[in-house]
Amino acid sequence: MTKRSVQFKIYRYDPDKDEKPYMQDITVDLEPSDKKLLDALVRLKGKDDTLSFRRSCREGVCGSDAMNINGKNGLACLTAIDGLPQPVVLRPLPGLPVIRDLIVDMTQFFKQYHSIKPYLVNDDPAPERERLQSPEDREELNGLYECILCACCSTSCPSFWWNPDKFVGPAGLLAAYRFLADTRDQATTERLDNLEDPYRLFRCHSIMNCVDVCPKGLNPTRAIGKIKDMMVARAV
Amino acid sequence: MVKRIVVGAHYGLRDWIGQRATAVYMALYTVIFALYALALPEMSYEAWSAMFSGGFLRFLTFLFFLALFYHAWIGVRDIFMDYIKPTGIRLGLHVIVLFLLIGYAGWAAQILWRL
Repeated sequence: MTKRSVQFKIYRYDPDKDEKPYMQDITVDLEPSDKKLLDALVRLKGKDDTLSFRRSCREGVCGSDAMNINGKNGLACLTAIDGLPQPVVLRPLPGLPVIRDLIVDMTQFFKQYHSIKPYLVNDDPAPERERLQSPEDREELNGLYECILCACCSTSCPSFWWNPDKFVGPAGLLAAYRFLADTRDQATTERLDNLEDPYRLFRCHSIMNCVDVCPKGLNPTRAIGKIKDMMVARAV
Repeated sequence: MVKRIVVGAHYGLRDWIGQRATAVYMALYTVIFALYALALPEMSYEAWSAMFSGGFLRFLTFLFFLALFYHAWIGVRDIFMDYIKPTGIRLGLHVIVLFLLIGYAGWAAQILWRL
């Protein structure tokens, strides 16, 4: 059997050593068990241990290994190596400050996420067991709660690139709608007030880059549209 | 002023609806105008002027220009919000564009009612 190998072109930047970022050409031999891009990266790390990237669960649940793969954001652990055009060009997620190599500073991203109060607001005394929902009401949360906050969507959004400090971004807005759509939540008015803003919500022009890249197949643009629908419904 | 990120202007919905409504109107107007223009017996100033003399098309056309300017205002403001970071320059550009568009609206009225 011929040995499989992958050619990489990887963004490298170590602020302690490098004056500026550069692209490193490197080839790695794979074992038959290596299926996903992350497997190849772990192999690469064995060859050159200065290469830095985040990974944890290696199965698309933790959202750590989001990166720009051949120009498109995605999770390394969910991307099959076979079929990837070579050299595989890897860059950190665009638009966020680079800490080192493929690791970005996600502070801004999480700040926006926190700004929408991503938790249930309900002032009623807690029931003995749980707050129940009808199956139909629960249905509304499908396609919203699955977000793993990998930031693939927000960092593929030009509106987020230009205004990461003011625009909530697709991930944050998807989460915002997840709580707006929750029948157990009592802060609908406050949540809509919080979002009715030319920067926070209306920077979205529905270009759907977020939908294109979401590794979980979610649709932030639709969620944003539903937030706007709710605003229209309360305004007219 | 302290350097803090300030958001929460609490507007945007009206402009968002307005941009869509004006887009729909402009698309409809384009069809209506094309039908009027195609029905012209000849391409002369008299025929052109007669087309507008009924008042109806003149009204629709003026509405078209207002829609265009409102639509353009929102679009240009969006561009400034994305790319012009210093607040003072952004405010200055907003004022200039707003004045220009209001001026254009007056000019459009003058042209239409002079035909």
